[in-house]
Amino acid sequence: MTALHDMTVAALANQLRAKKISATEVAQHFLARSQADTSGAFLSFNPEATLAQAKEADAQLAAGTAGPLAGVPMAHKDIFVTTDFPTTAGSKMLEGYRSPFDATVVRKLGVQAGGAGMVNVGKLNCDEFAMGSSNENSAYKPVTNPWDTSRVPGGSSGGSSAAVAARLVPAATGTDTGGSIRQPASFCSITGIKPTYGRASRYGMIAYASSLDQAGPMARTAEDCALMLSAMCGPDLDRDSTSLDVPAENFARDLNASLDGLRIGIPNEFFGEGLAPGVRTAVDAALKEYEKLGAKLVPISLPRTELSIPVYYIIAPAEASSNLSRFDGVKFGHRTKDYTDLVSMYKRSRAEGFGEEVKRRIMTGAYVLSHGYYDAYYLQAQKIRRMISDDFQQAFKVCDVIAGPVAPTVAWKLGEKTDDPVANYLADIFTLPASLAGLPGMSLPAGFGEEGMPVGLQLIGNYFKEAQLLNAAHRLQQATDFHLRQPGGAK
Amino acid sequence: MSLTAQEIDRIANLARLELPPEEGQRMLDQINGFFSIVEAMRAVDTTGVEPLPHPIATIQEVALRLRDDIASEANQREANQRSAPAVERGLFLVPKVIE
Amino acid sequence: MSTKQKSLLVQGYEVVIGFETHAQLSTQSKIFSRAPTAFGAEPNTQACAVDLALPGTLPVMNKGAVERAIELGLAVGAHIAEQSIFARKNYFYPDLPKGYQISQFEIPVVQGGEVSFFVGDEKKTVRLVRAHLEEDAGKSLHEDFIGQSGIDLNRAGTPLLEIVTEPDIRSSDEAVAYAKELHKIVTWIGICDGNMQEGSFRCDANVSVRKPGDDLGTRREIKNLNSFKFMQQAIDFEVRWQIEQIEEGHAIQQATVLFDPDTGETRAMRTKEDAADYRYFPDPDLPPLVIGRDWVARVQSEMTELPRVMAARFVTDYGLPEYDATTLTQSKAMAAYFEAAAKACGQAKLVSNWVMGEMSRRLNAGEVGIENASVSAAQLAAMIGRIADNTISNSAAKQVFDALWTEGGEVDAIIEAKGLKQMNDTGALEAIIDEVLAANPKNVEEFRAGNSKALNGLVGPIMKASKGKANPAQVNELLLKKLQA
Repeated sequence: MTALHDMTVAALANQLRAKKISATEVAQHFLARSQADTSGAFLSFNPEATLAQAKEADAQLAAGTAGPLAGVPMAHKDIFVTTDFPTTAGSKMLEGYRSPFDATVVRKLGVQAGGAGMVNVGKLNCDEFAMGSSNENSAYKPVTNPWDTSRVPGGSSGGSSAAVAARLVPAATGTDTGGSIRQPASFCSITGIKPTYGRASRYGMIAYASSLDQAGPMARTAEDCALMLSAMCGPDLDRDSTSLDVPAENFARDLNASLDGLRIGIPNEFFGEGLAPGVRTAVDAALKEYEKLGAKLVPISLPRTELSIPVYYIIAPAEASSNLSRFDGVKFGHRTKDYTDLVSMYKRSRAEGFGEEVKRRIMTGAYVLSHGYYDAYYLQAQKIRRMISDDFQQAFKVCDVIAGPVAPTVAWKLGEKTDDPVANYLADIFTLPASLAGLPGMSLPAGFGEEGMPVGLQLIGNYFKEAQLLNAAHRLQQATDFHLRQPGGAK
Repeated sequence: MSLTAQEIDRIANLARLELPPEEGQRMLDQINGFFSIVEAMRAVDTTGVEPLPHPIATIQEVALRLRDDIASEANQREANQRSAPAVERGLFLVPKVIE
Repeated sequence: MSTKQKSLLVQGYEVVIGFETHAQLSTQSKIFSRAPTAFGAEPNTQACAVDLALPGTLPVMNKGAVERAIELGLAVGAHIAEQSIFARKNYFYPDLPKGYQISQFEIPVVQGGEVSFFVGDEKKTVRLVRAHLEEDAGKSLHEDFIGQSGIDLNRAGTPLLEIVTEPDIRSSDEAVAYAKELHKIVTWIGICDGNMQEGSFRCDANVSVRKPGDDLGTRREIKNLNSFKFMQQAIDFEVRWQIEQIEEGHAIQQATVLFDPDTGETRAMRTKEDAADYRYFPDPDLPPLVIGRDWVARVQSEMTELPRVMAARFVTDYGLPEYDATTLTQSKAMAAYFEAAAKACGQAKLVSNWVMGEMSRRLNAGEVGIENASVSAAQLAAMIGRIADNTISNSAAKQVFDALWTEGGEVDAIIEAKGLKQMNDTGALEAIIDEVLAANPKNVEEFRAGNSKALNGLVGPIMKASKGKANPAQVNELLLKKLQA
């Protein structure tokens, strides 16, 4: 029998439903693997809570009241607040913080009534407040890439990505603001999808950039992502004003549809000089596979691709600088021991609680919103954002799906870019545009590049076209086996 | 656009962040490095373009949802104050607020 | 410059005042959360996760708050924006949990409008710039804590409507009259309970002075005036202080000031550097507020008759002067009282006089509202009916009113019991007049010589001789007839 950790979410769900295995034994198996892990993927465990959830799932399975993914283990990025595990957002500011409520996404995936029934194994490491592309901005510890432990797993959902790649859990939640699901998925050879902005509730997802943040699943296969995404998405009208009032969907419904005639747009801006040769080769090969499957490649242009970098790094820090003002040492979170009055309490609590990248973005954000600079920076960025969005709508007139690399390179070495924040920003060039437009985007394994490191293929769809993206991804995964490979060689 | 050390101080104060001098200097250099890539953005002609504050506004009207005026949140003071640094008789304690 | 404008000058300076009023809206739940808004609860028992800005929380808009904003807009004849935007006002303060206040900046929900009122008997109109929705902050408590403050966030998130005027106000009298009129409007239409002690209605006054014809002077903002009496004192002090400063050659620095009721003085608050850089930007958590015209029409049709509309109706339907109509519509209760009495006896002007005069005097003295008046509208109507049909004189009516107020009872019974029936028999009256004329030849001579004041010396004795029962109008008529004969 296949090892439990080599099973997909879909397979585990079937086994559990058929009562061939119990949620408790599955949970114990993955908990043991996770707790023994040395990559730094996890920030906290609560075995008692995990096993209680598993017990609940078993009870539901026995009673026939279980959700579609009942008993399947997973883990949450430590950006989602949970009542039974601490939530840190990868920051010292929230060390030990216990939320009195669960995030909507947590409730939708979990064993509470109406949820999908998944069991939470622990909270996953991430870049502090989701700001980063390598998980090196975590205030607790970095995460190592299971494919090469001297390299980064990507970020900000680095813990999620590494955990899934190392098969510590079959699936995890991530969040994607500028590429934080897609890029680590690419670096770790797993599959991840960021849905259309507004599909998944942001209630309980610690805010970084409100108009960009989205929750999404990370797993090994497109099918697994489709199953999880279906459970995660849906209107949360009572709690999130940006949640779209569109009905929940079964995103797995078209997985096997034929790709005959699918027009795949190839943006020439994504294939310029900065693209590493190994990445280009892998992506080209994947595109060839698509042609074999009946798709047609259409050259397109997304002329403002490069502008998406300054536009994003104005808008996101601006929103973040405001979102993070609530961390003031008054109602929750870190309070300094060393203060003389209110102002020094604020300044030192925040200086001690936040890491450098977070401080940098807060400063940048406060600056671009400040009196006299708002029009030239923030307002200008929001205008170009609309132009970028319009560029996509133009492109979607001649294609159904857009494809290209996720990142210009494979995963870099730990410490390689920590002194140069701008270099990190520049590497986000391919994921930022879809984030700014609020379009759904995913990453799936497309092979290997430099140093044998994974390369992901990015697919971007028009609004609400997640099922189509997952279909395209699934068909590629049926024709290739990159998504089945694991670090160390075994399948 | 180049920031000065004075502006770093002003922003740090606005954002309530204490920055020791070396950190302030490093922040200044890094932020200025960032702003060099922002210049291209400033030069773009955006006449007649409306800002896009909500992504979906590209394809559909987005309007604020309104909920009925019903007070349904029960008192959960204890749970809500669980992670508070300093609480006394239900009040959050802070250094004296002087007006 | 008109005489009136000139007369408002203080030591030769023109006073320029603009008001910002924060009215707490009378919703059940908060503007962005479902916590209750009731006053006086134990600390932080009405502050839910959203109000405390716990990580991951988000705002959801209260329809009741929007509806009340529409009502206010309609009441002041303003434009209700089809689309308005919520913006974040960023600053740090312990009673501001998110580190920003959700407010409206560039595009508010209510735009323009005006408020008219009387100062003495002069009508004044103050233009509104805007009214916008925002959330209230919590409270800091300083007693009981040494070197520390206790923060209660129950109030955080209570819906506010901030109503801003143009700098049209020219004196502290006008300021208080404006504030009272606005207070009346918001309580009348039921959007705010108007309880100033509880902080439901708070005014900030922006005050500056200038020599007539000069540019606007630098203004100082007097914050949190929560009583009409303090409002007047604070503005008067501030104006004199500013003038003194200018006369001594000091420029006025822009500042926020607080009024100290104990000393009667205003003093500048601790200056907050960068207090003005709020880094406003549209709140990405809240899409634009859209208010369709059909919603506005529906609110309009369901709205209670507005005070100025009712006042206009009193003028047309009852022939009342504008001043009376405005005074009577100072509260729904008073207007209802007036109408009931006027309809019952058909003597609108007399009812108005009695309500504005004797009735109001007694209500104010007893600090009682007209709903609790000791004389009902029916009783007043009955009494006025007896004046109108000449049964009693005005002065006799005062005694009737007094009896009704202190003992209660029935109008006719009181008239009977106190023997207040007016003498209407002209024969008897003429006889009295003849007697008095005969007894006072000097007055008669003076009057015939052209001194009309000599009449008073005759009326007195006539009234006395009739034991106060003579109808004064009749006395005058008959007396003149006899004197001119």
